[in-house]
Amino acid sequence: MITLENVNKSFSDNAVLRGVSLYVPKGSSMVIIGGSGTGKSVALKCILGLVTPDSGRILVDGRDATQGDRDAFLARFGMLFQGGALFDSLPVWQNVAFRLLRGALARPRGEAREIAIEKLRRVGLTPDVADRFPAELSGGMQKRVGLARAIAAEPEIIFFDEPTTGLDPIMAGVINDLIREIVTEMGATAVTITHDMSSVRAIADTVAMLHGGKIRWTGPVSQLDTSGDPYVEQFVHGRAEGPIEAVR
Amino acid sequence: MSPTAPLGALGRAVLAVLALFGRVTLFAVDAIGHIFRPPFYPREFGLALLNVGWLSLPVVGLTAIFTGGALALQIYSGGARFNAEAVVPQIVAIGMVRELGPVLVGLMIAARVTSSIAAEIATMKVTEQIDALVTLSTHPMKYLVAPRVLAALLTVPALVAVGDVIGIAGGYVVAVERLGFNPATYLKNTVDFLEMRDIVSSLVKGAAFGTIAAVMGCYFGMQSGRGAQGVGRATKGSVEAAAVLILAANFLLTGLFFSL
Ligand SMILES: Nc1ncnc2c1ncn2[C@@H]1O[C@H](COP(=O)(O)OP(=O)(O)OP(=O)(O)O)[C@@H](O)[C@H]1O
Ligand SMILES: [Mg+2]
Repeated sequence: MITLENVNKSFSDNAVLRGVSLYVPKGSSMVIIGGSGTGKSVALKCILGLVTPDSGRILVDGRDATQGDRDAFLARFGMLFQGGALFDSLPVWQNVAFRLLRGALARPRGEAREIAIEKLRRVGLTPDVADRFPAELSGGMQKRVGLARAIAAEPEIIFFDEPTTGLDPIMAGVINDLIREIVTEMGATAVTITHDMSSVRAIADTVAMLHGGKIRWTGPVSQLDTSGDPYVEQFVHGRAEGPIEAVR
Repeated sequence: MSPTAPLGALGRAVLAVLALFGRVTLFAVDAIGHIFRPPFYPREFGLALLNVGWLSLPVVGLTAIFTGGALALQIYSGGARFNAEAVVPQIVAIGMVRELGPVLVGLMIAARVTSSIAAEIATMKVTEQIDALVTLSTHPMKYLVAPRVLAALLTVPALVAVGDVIGIAGGYVVAVERLGFNPATYLKNTVDFLEMRDIVSSLVKGAAFGTIAAVMGCYFGMQSGRGAQGVGRATKGSVEAAAVLILAANFLLTGLFFSL
């Protein structure tokens, strides 16, 4: 469903992506792992068109992502940003229901609010946070509001940038289950970035490792421990010694 | 260093300013285009009206009243040098309506509104809120920029009108209370003297300065670099650019209205 072909992206003299090729099948859950600063977030932003690649092609359903109606294209996506990116001028429920309050998917206000509260419940937040402002929430709560916003309009394709960072282990478990559920029950296609190996095992159908601006390894999650790739092994076991330098 | 180096630097600086001017103009045209094309965001527009218009009233009123008062004192003491004290009401009216009202309101709006728009949008940029808007199928030019520019275009002329009236009132109070003018004559002289053209020029300047102030805030906010420093630079740049452009536009508009 999503295909990246030889995508390159540099920021001035910092070559971040150097020929990334990746295929995400429809209805599957792909997890991208890789060291901090290797360009995982940039790769997701390239797919959404928030960052323009210097070269290479990005296809969604076989069609070039940069061509055609942007609104219709983006309406198929949901995205949880690494930093939450909540609108701090709007209360929590209006953040979650943002898409449902305006534009093509607009619904009556009361209905939108109900959906927002339901989505908040699914990420483990009580209805009383609905009327608070993002700045009044803890970091982990903000992350979960961002997650609720990403899934609120039930998009076909959802990107989660570090959904469990900053959450306690129990809440992380709840979120892992939720992501799994969205893929298996709603048939959505998910791409998740995470550093949390238990999360990788809980969420992923396939795993891709980004290193040195390229996809270093990709395969089903069952082969993660037997990949035979020294980079993947070092990463999975969190060793300081190995081919990946600790100072980057 | 070669002897032509300073020339080269000067040339580059001029080119940079011209390029900036071009980008800002394109941005302004784009922003104004979005005002007329749906979707519209009435809630955002309402908030912008409140922020730009209503909440600017106190600062505009205070600026105008002190300026009008000082103007009356200056004209009186200056006029006394050639026995022309009686001209206070006419000159206060002309000075406020044609020049000081629009310019001072414009500069106060640059200080108050441009800076807050730039800081707000720049912060949204830096915290990825603009990216989030885009992924939620909402065009930042329509959702953030168009409502603010339209609100400024509509409310700043009204603020200028208020400033003109309060400034003249400031002059009136000083003239009547301190300088011994007859209240009725003062008012009559003011009203009789002002022409339609003075008032129209005042409002047109207001609309132009309001647009400049909002567009600069939005442009610098959207162009903001990363981090707190980026927000700081964007805010500073927006106010500088807005103030200078308002003064330049004032010169051009004054020429247009009164030298023909
Ligand atoms: N807008 C930008 N301008 C300049 N450089 C950028 C920009 N966005 C990202 N980068 C650079 O691209 C590189 C990759 O950033 P990215 O955010 O994709 O990392 P990441 O893999 O998501 O890391 P992490 O796991 O820490 O989130 C970094 O070196 C970063 O400095
Ligand atoms: Mg990242």
